[in-house]
Amino acid sequence: MLSGCSSKPAAKAPLKVGVVAPMTGPVATFGVSYANGAKLAANELNAKGGIKGRQIQLVVEDDKIDPTEGVNAVQKLLNQDKVLAIIGPVGSAVALAVAPICQAAGVPMITGTATTDKLSDSGDFIFRACFKDSFQGLVMAKFASENLKAKKAAVLYDLGNDYSKGLAESFRDAFQAAGGQVVAFETYGKDDVDFLAQLTTIKAAAPDVVFLPDYYNKVGPIAAQARQLGITVPLLGGDGWDSPDLVTLAGQAVEGCFFSNHYSADLENPEATAFLANFKKAFGKDPDALAALAYDSANILFAAMAGAASPDDKAAVRDVMAKTSGFRAVTGVITFDANGDPVKSAVVITIENQLQKFVTSVAP
Amino acid sequence: MLWVNVLQQLVNGLQIGSIYALLALGYTMVYGIVKLINFAHGDVYMVGAFIGFFLAPRLGNSLLLTMAASMLGCALLGALIERAAYKPLRTAPRIAALTTAIGVSLFLENFVRLVIGPNPLPFPKLVPMVTYKLGGVYVSNIHIMVFAVSIALAVSLQYVVMKTRTGKAMRAVSYDKDTARLMGINVDNIISVTFVIGSALAAAGGVLVGLAYIVIQPYMGIVPGLKAFVAAVLGGIGSIPGAVVGGLLMGVSETLVAGFLSSTYRDAVAFAILILVLLVRPEGLLGRSTGEKV
Repeated sequence: MLSGCSSKPAAKAPLKVGVVAPMTGPVATFGVSYANGAKLAANELNAKGGIKGRQIQLVVEDDKIDPTEGVNAVQKLLNQDKVLAIIGPVGSAVALAVAPICQAAGVPMITGTATTDKLSDSGDFIFRACFKDSFQGLVMAKFASENLKAKKAAVLYDLGNDYSKGLAESFRDAFQAAGGQVVAFETYGKDDVDFLAQLTTIKAAAPDVVFLPDYYNKVGPIAAQARQLGITVPLLGGDGWDSPDLVTLAGQAVEGCFFSNHYSADLENPEATAFLANFKKAFGKDPDALAALAYDSANILFAAMAGAASPDDKAAVRDVMAKTSGFRAVTGVITFDANGDPVKSAVVITIENQLQKFVTSVAP
Repeated sequence: MLWVNVLQQLVNGLQIGSIYALLALGYTMVYGIVKLINFAHGDVYMVGAFIGFFLAPRLGNSLLLTMAASMLGCALLGALIERAAYKPLRTAPRIAALTTAIGVSLFLENFVRLVIGPNPLPFPKLVPMVTYKLGGVYVSNIHIMVFAVSIALAVSLQYVVMKTRTGKAMRAVSYDKDTARLMGINVDNIISVTFVIGSALAAAGGVLVGLAYIVIQPYMGIVPGLKAFVAAVLGGIGSIPGAVVGGLLMGVSETLVAGFLSSTYRDAVAFAILILVLLVRPEGLLGRSTGEKV
C-alpha cells in the first residue's frame, strides 16, 4: 500500500483509490502481480507530483477470487475508506458481483482483466481495459483452425465459473463457425481434483486439440492428468493460464501448448518497453499480463482524474473516463466504446522449455 | 471402442476409490469402537498431505520415507485429538461428541490455513509418472501405486484386527466396552490405538492424493471426507472389508456417472447412494443387521 506522505499542506489530502485483487487463495499470483502493476503506476505518478499536487494512495483489498469476499472488500473500500474509484477486480465472477455495488454508489470501477461479456451491461460507471471472452474465444478458435489445422476440438471447463463457461461457449461457437466440429463439451465443478473421467470421454472422441479455459491452478492438474491418460494433442487456453505457477503445477504437460493473452514481454511499442524496464527495476522480476493490465487500468483512471475539474468528483471522473480515446497503453491503444469496453488485440503465447514465448498477435 | 472406454473409466474410478477406501477405513474403525462419526477425519488426511509436502524435500524425496513420516505424524495427531477432544465426552450424549468432531474439523482446516497460508501448494513429484498402455487402456504407475498401497494397508489392517491380540481387544471393545474392561483390557489405550491406526491410514491417503492430483490446499479434506463417510456407510459401518468395498464402489460409480452420464452430477452420486443405502439397506452391503442386543 502506498501512503501519501508529502511535505505539502494538509489541505492537499491524498486521493484514495481502491484495488481489489486475489492476493491470497487459489490464484494468488494474479493478485500479487495485479497489485504490483497498480502500485508501479501510482508510484510513477506520485513521483511526478501526483494529480494537481495531491498524491495517489492505493488501498489494496484481497478478494481471494471469491465473489462473496469481493463484495465484502468493495463494501469496505466504499464505506470505510471512501475511495474515489476502484481498480479491479481481477476475476470475472467477482467483477460481476461487485459491479452493481459500484454502479449504485456512483464510484467508477475499471477492471484490467475481467473478460466476461456479461460485464458490458453493468452500467456506465463500469469500465474494463481488456478484450472480452467473445473475442478471446474467437482468437483461439481461429488459431486452432488456421494455424494448427484442427478439425475437431474438445472443451473441458468449470461449470461454476463465469469466466470459464463464457470462454468455453465463445470458443465453441467460433470453432463451429470456422467449420470445425466440437466433439466433446465436458464440465467439472469448482472443487474437483479428479478429471480423469471427463478426460477419458474426451480422449475417446479423438479431438485434434483440447481447450481448457480456466485459471492456471486448475489447468495445471488437468493438463497433467490429460497426459497421464495418453492425450498427446496440443492443449489450448485463455488468459487465465498466465502465471509462472502453471509450469510449476503442470511441468512438461503444457510444453508446446498455446494460450491467448493480453501482453507479452516481446511486444514492441515504446510504452511496453518502458514498462518492462521499470517493472523489473521496481519488483525484480518480469511483469505478466496481470501487471500490465493493472498498470494500464490505473493510468487510464489517473488520466481521467487529472482531466476532470475535480478529482474528488466521481461523476465528473466517470465522464472524462468514458471519453478516453487513443490512450497509448502498454497493452494497446485504448478507446472505450459505449459500454466502457476497448477494442484490443490479443497475443498468442506458447510454452517452450517451460517459458512463455510469443507466437503471434491477432487484431480483431 | 466403448469397452475400452468403460475399462479406462473403471481404472480411473479405482484410483479415486482407493483413496475413499483408505479414508473409509478410519471412519469405520472409529465408529465400530466408540460409535462416533469422526468428521475431523477428512482433515487429518489433509494434514497428512501437508506433512508429506514439508518433509519430502528433507527426506530426499523418498516416497517410502515421506509416507512413513506422514503416517507417524498423523498417528500422533489422531491420538492427540482423541485424548483432548473425544475422551472427555465419552459419557456425554452422542450429539456432543459429534459436534466436537465438527469443531475439530474446522479447527484443523483453519489452523493449517493460518499457519501455512491459503494458497494451494504443488505436492513434490516423488515418483516420475510412467504411463503404461494395456490394450487401449492407459494405466499410470501412480494409478497402480494408489490402488496397491490402499489394498495392502487394508489387508494389513484386517490382519491386525483378526489375528493379533490388539485386534482381538479392539473387537472386544467394539462389542461391549464395559465387559472388555472387566476382562482386563485397557479400554482407553485400545481406543487410542484405533484412532492412531485410522489417522495413519488417512495420512497415507493424503500423500497418495498429493502424488496423484498434484495440488494440496487446506480445504481438500472436506469433500473426500464426506464421500468416504458415505462409502463406509455403503459398505457397512464397522466392517473393514465393507469400507474397502464401499470406497471402491463409490469411486467407480462416481467416475462412471461423470464419464457416461454427466460430469455435473459427479458429487450428487455420493449423496444419492447415501440416501438409497439408508432407505433400502441401512446396515450397508457387508454390515450385520443389528437386531435387539440383549
